[in-house]
Amino acid sequence: MSLFSFLGAVEIGLIFALVALGVYISFRLLRFPDLTVDGSFPLGGAVCAIMIHNGYSPYLATVAATLAGAVAGYITGWLNVRLRIMDLLASILMMIALFSVNLRIMGGPNIPLINDPTVFTLLQPEGLQDFWWRPLLLLVLVIVAKFAVDWFFSTERGLAIRATGSNSRMARAQGINTGAMVLLGMAISNALVGLSGALFAQTQGGADISMGIGTIVIGLAAVIVGEAILPSRRLVYASLAAIIGAIVYRFFIAAALNSDFIGLKAQDLNLVTALLVTLALVVPNFKRMLQHKRLPDAPKSM
Amino acid sequence: MLDAKDLFITFNPDTPIETKALRGMSLEIPLGQFVTVIGSNGAGKSTFLNAIAGGLAVDTGTITIDGLDVTNEPVWTRAQRVARVFQDPMAGTCEDLTIEENMALAQQRGTRRGLRSAVKKSEREMFREKLSTLGLGLENRLTDRIGLLSGGQRQAVSLLMASLQPSRILLLDEHTAALDPRTADFVLKLTQRIVAENKLTTMMVTHSMRQALDVGERTVMLHQGQVVLDVAGEERSRLDVPDLLKMFAKVRGEELADDALLLG
Repeated sequence: MSLFSFLGAVEIGLIFALVALGVYISFRLLRFPDLTVDGSFPLGGAVCAIMIHNGYSPYLATVAATLAGAVAGYITGWLNVRLRIMDLLASILMMIALFSVNLRIMGGPNIPLINDPTVFTLLQPEGLQDFWWRPLLLLVLVIVAKFAVDWFFSTERGLAIRATGSNSRMARAQGINTGAMVLLGMAISNALVGLSGALFAQTQGGADISMGIGTIVIGLAAVIVGEAILPSRRLVYASLAAIIGAIVYRFFIAAALNSDFIGLKAQDLNLVTALLVTLALVVPNFKRMLQHKRLPDAPKSM
Repeated sequence: MLDAKDLFITFNPDTPIETKALRGMSLEIPLGQFVTVIGSNGAGKSTFLNAIAGGLAVDTGTITIDGLDVTNEPVWTRAQRVARVFQDPMAGTCEDLTIEENMALAQQRGTRRGLRSAVKKSEREMFREKLSTLGLGLENRLTDRIGLLSGGQRQAVSLLMASLQPSRILLLDEHTAALDPRTADFVLKLTQRIVAENKLTTMMVTHSMRQALDVGERTVMLHQGQVVLDVAGEERSRLDVPDLLKMFAKVRGEELADDALLLG
C-alpha cells in the first residue's frame, strides 16, 4: 500500500469514525436500531455542499449540516416515541423520506465541490500537502468529538439517556422522561452522522445522492470490529473502540481492494463488509466457546 | 400520605376476556404508616400498586399523594413523590451501568438532570457509606457493573436507592418473592430498618401472610379489586396466619354462596 492510499484510508476511516460514534450512541447506548443514518449522512453532505456552492461560509455550512442531521434523528425519535411506530420501521421511513429531501436540497443527484473553499482549504497551513493535512484535521475533530461524547454521557443528562437505553422502566421510576431522552439521544447520534457527511462532501469533491448507501453497515461494522479489538463496556474505551474500529475497517477494505491477487473489485465492497461484520460477530463467541469448552448458545442477536 | 379513592380499572373492556381488576378500590395511608397488602392471584394487588406508581391509568377514581392530585400524571413526574422497588431484581437497576451510576440515578430522582457530572465525588463517599451498612462488601465495588451482582444484592441496592431521595410513599411490589428464603429474610430486615430510619410511608405488597402480619403496622386484604379486610393495632397483633386464612376462606366462601344463589 502506498503512502498516498494509506493516508486516504486513514482519512475515510476518520470520517466514518464520526458515523461509528453516532451508531454507538443509537445502537449501544439507546438500543435503538437506527437506519436513519443512511439518509442523514447524505443529508449532511447535501446541506453542506449546497451552502458552500451558494457562497456561504464552509464553517456555517458544516454547522448547518450537523444541525440538519440532528433534526433528522429527532424526527425518527418522534415517530417512535410520540406516534408509537416501531423503532426500526420509524428509522426506515425516515431514511427513505430523506432520499427525496436530499434530492430536493441538492436540486439534482449531485453537487460537485471542486474549486470551492472548504473547512480544509480555509484552515490549511502553508507548505503542508492536502493528503497530510486532511487526515490531521480530521484526527483533531474526531478526538474532540470523542471527548465531547465521553463527557456528555457522564453528565446527569447523559446518564439519564444511558439508563433509558438500558432499562426504560427503571429510568421512568427514577423520574426520567424516557421519551425526551430518546429524542435527545437520537438527535445527538444523527448530528454526528450529519457532521460526518459534511466532512465527507468537503474531502471527496462534493455530495452525491448515493453517498449514503450502506452507511449504517459501515458504522455498525466499525462498532462491532472495535468491540472485537477492544472489548469494554466503559464509555471511554467503548467510544475509542468505535473510532479504532472505523479506521481498521477501512484498512481491511483498502487492503482487500488493493490486493490484485485476491481479485476483488470495488463492486465487491458490500460483500467484503458483510463478511467482515460476520467475522467480527462470530470470533468473540468462538473464543468464548473455546474458553468455556461448552456448546454454543442459541444464536444471539447483536 | 396517600389517598386512593374509588379506583376502577378494567382490562380489555367489552371483549370476552374483559377483566375487572379494580372495582371501587379505596385506601388511605396516613403519613409514616407501613401498610402490608395481601390477596390471592388476581385480587388486584399489582394493578393497584401500578396505578399508584402511574404505570397504569385508572378508568375512574382519584389518586392523591400528599394532597396533590396525581391521577393524570405519568410515572416519571410522579417519581418525585413515589419511590419503588420491583419484584424482579433485574427490573429495579440498570445492569449495564455501574453500582455508583445506578445510585446516582436514584440520587437525582425528582431533580432536574443537567450537565453536572453524574457521579460526584462527595456523593461517592456517601454511596460508599450507605453501601457499607448492607454488610455485603459492595462499598469496594462502586465501579462494578450492577449486572455482576446477585438478585439479592441487587434488591438490597434497590432498597438503598429508594431511600436516597425523600419520597411521600415507598411502594414495594413483592420485592422478596424472587429471592431464596435466607436472602428474602435479609432483604425484609433491611426493608424494616430503612423504613424505620427514614420514617417512610410505605405500602408493601406480598403474597406471604406471615410477612404481611410480621412487618409493618397495618394489613389490608384485597379481593376482586376491593379492600375486604383492614386491620391494625390491637386487633392485628392478635391475628395469626390461620385466622387470616379463615378470613380469606370466608371471603371466598361468600363468593361461592353468591354463585350458588345465582345457579339456584
